[in-house]
Amino acid sequence: MNLHEYQAKDIFRRAGIPIPPGEIAHTADEAAAIATKFGGTVVVKAQVHAGGRGKAGGVKLAKTPDETKSVASKILGMQIKGLTVHTVLVTPAADIATEAYTGIIVDRSSKRAVFMVSPAGGIDIEEVAAKTPEKIMRLPVDPRYGLLDFQAMRMGEFLYADIKQARAAAKIMKQLYQAFLQSGASLAEINPLVTTPAGEVVALDAKMVIDDNELDRHADLSALRDETAEEPSEVLARKANLTFIKLDGNVGCVVNGAGLAMATMDLVKYYGGDPANFLDIGGSSNPEKVVNALRIITADPNVKAILFNIFGGITRTDDVANGIVTATKQNPLKVPIVIRLTGTNEEIALKILQENGFSAMTDMDEAVQRAVQLATGGKAA
Amino acid sequence: MSVFIDKSTKLVVQGITGRDGSFHAKQMIEYGTQVVAGVTPGKGGQKFEGTVPIFNTVADAVRETGANTTVIYVPPMGAADAMMEAADAGVTLIVCITEGVPVLDMTRVYPFVKEKSARLLGPNCPGLISPGKSKVGIIPGRICTPGPIGLVSRSGTLTYEVVFQMTRVGLGQTTCVGIGGDPINGTNFIDCLEAFERDPDTKAVAMIGEIGGTDEQEAATFVREKMTKPVVGFIAGQTAPPGRRMGHAGAIISGSSGTAAEKIQAFENAGMGVAKRPIDVVSLLQARLKN
Repeated sequence: MNLHEYQAKDIFRRAGIPIPPGEIAHTADEAAAIATKFGGTVVVKAQVHAGGRGKAGGVKLAKTPDETKSVASKILGMQIKGLTVHTVLVTPAADIATEAYTGIIVDRSSKRAVFMVSPAGGIDIEEVAAKTPEKIMRLPVDPRYGLLDFQAMRMGEFLYADIKQARAAAKIMKQLYQAFLQSGASLAEINPLVTTPAGEVVALDAKMVIDDNELDRHADLSALRDETAEEPSEVLARKANLTFIKLDGNVGCVVNGAGLAMATMDLVKYYGGDPANFLDIGGSSNPEKVVNALRIITADPNVKAILFNIFGGITRTDDVANGIVTATKQNPLKVPIVIRLTGTNEEIALKILQENGFSAMTDMDEAVQRAVQLATGGKAA
Repeated sequence: MSVFIDKSTKLVVQGITGRDGSFHAKQMIEYGTQVVAGVTPGKGGQKFEGTVPIFNTVADAVRETGANTTVIYVPPMGAADAMMEAADAGVTLIVCITEGVPVLDMTRVYPFVKEKSARLLGPNCPGLISPGKSKVGIIPGRICTPGPIGLVSRSGTLTYEVVFQMTRVGLGQTTCVGIGGDPINGTNFIDCLEAFERDPDTKAVAMIGEIGGTDEQEAATFVREKMTKPVVGFIAGQTAPPGRRMGHAGAIISGSSGTAAEKIQAFENAGMGVAKRPIDVVSLLQARLKN
């Protein structure tokens, strides 16, 4: 789960990391009132789950409350990478002497939390890693000992020649690691970590991603989820316990299992079509899931054909068949459907489908070709 | 022969009285797996299905029954502890089926299990099966048949699809191993390739990978440098968008890393057969077995 910048800043602040004050606004008037309160120049920042906010025009300076109002009215409602901005963060503009990067991720190959720090901050860290890898220090943390003081200091000294700033940065590393661990995060990032002309080390931005698997332990963090900042169909799917990702094609896919779902999408492409989505109904069989899956897929006007690909192991194919029958009785389909199912209780499933006027296939490749044909009006192979 | 499990495998089921644990314990017993014990804290002394003794702890189960392998069906928040408890009790193969284990938990489990010299398979995996001998986990027994192919995969149902296609044309398997779809797992592709290379009955290997991480790329290097047996590969997720988790926690393209194209290239560089569709795995294996 992605957190907004202001939410991550709250967590970092509670961990003791120095962060300038800031308040959120949902309207331009609220933004102007916050600017009046702070006095002086402020920064208005779009709160949206997308990178590259600055480039997209979602981060702007404003010298006066009036200017804040006009800037905020432009940013609120703006689309950044397909997501609408509903909230802005208003914060006093800081004087910046230097910009650095600090982040922690869970690294798959070392199987540890790994710090990445760089004195080349404020820009895309992947670009720094690719072009000037010598400007990045990577430091894996042994989970048995946590981040040790000398390790934090090594990173501080990598960022700053000034010993006071190095010590301040080391302290921030320890605080960031604690916030990361205690929140069950898979990523925690400060970009940029700046020094002011007065020599202070301050976090100007904050990013945090919480491991979805940790949310059962962190009711406070679950409550931070902003559903208005997500694709509506994906919110529906999550509530129905389905894994769904919307794509741009026209073949709606309903599959059991993530690997098979990806392979099905690939096969749609292989036969000249385009998948409309990734959808995994999961392992356990439950007709209700199928009903919800069909509801979500048919809500997408791009979908011209629906493809079911079910390999019954734990999933009982008769449950899926019952789900299809129930769903289509409630909401008759307006687009053609191709059903491939094989495995557990296949004979019963085929009988249920036939009795209700559906036909089904047992071969995956044949089913995908048929669905692509129907979606493209018979043009593709 | 087979790898990791065979007829001598003595299995304990952690979470045997739960919904999934009890269902699959029955399936495994039916398949012929020696299920010697179950563990559910608080139910020690009872019997599962009237025959399998239940213990409060894995240590009790190991002491009383000589179990050497465990399969875990406990809820995600307790799975890390269950894995470490099993390793501490001296179990040498730990198979964790549970999906949804926090990744930071796994950063602690991994070194713990390593120190105890146990092999961990999973979490978030379908387990493994040596057809005709033993099955540990949830892979449906009836889609498999004994034969010369070793199969290793990050996926569940995609594995079933490929195994089913093999079995349909009479191409059997020594062992099918599902290593799981999480970013941190106990056993990787190379561990399985090494085991298949050593197993005299395995004549060729199928490797089913997906987007995310570099496990397949490293495995491809291993194939090029160390394997004498033919390896055929497939990668799922060629149409997956970057930055999105495709169901499996580990199936994500981060920036430009972990793409299907990168993995397919690595397979090709290693001289492996690369299947464009799942079904092509079968014909590629057949062709390589003839040579």
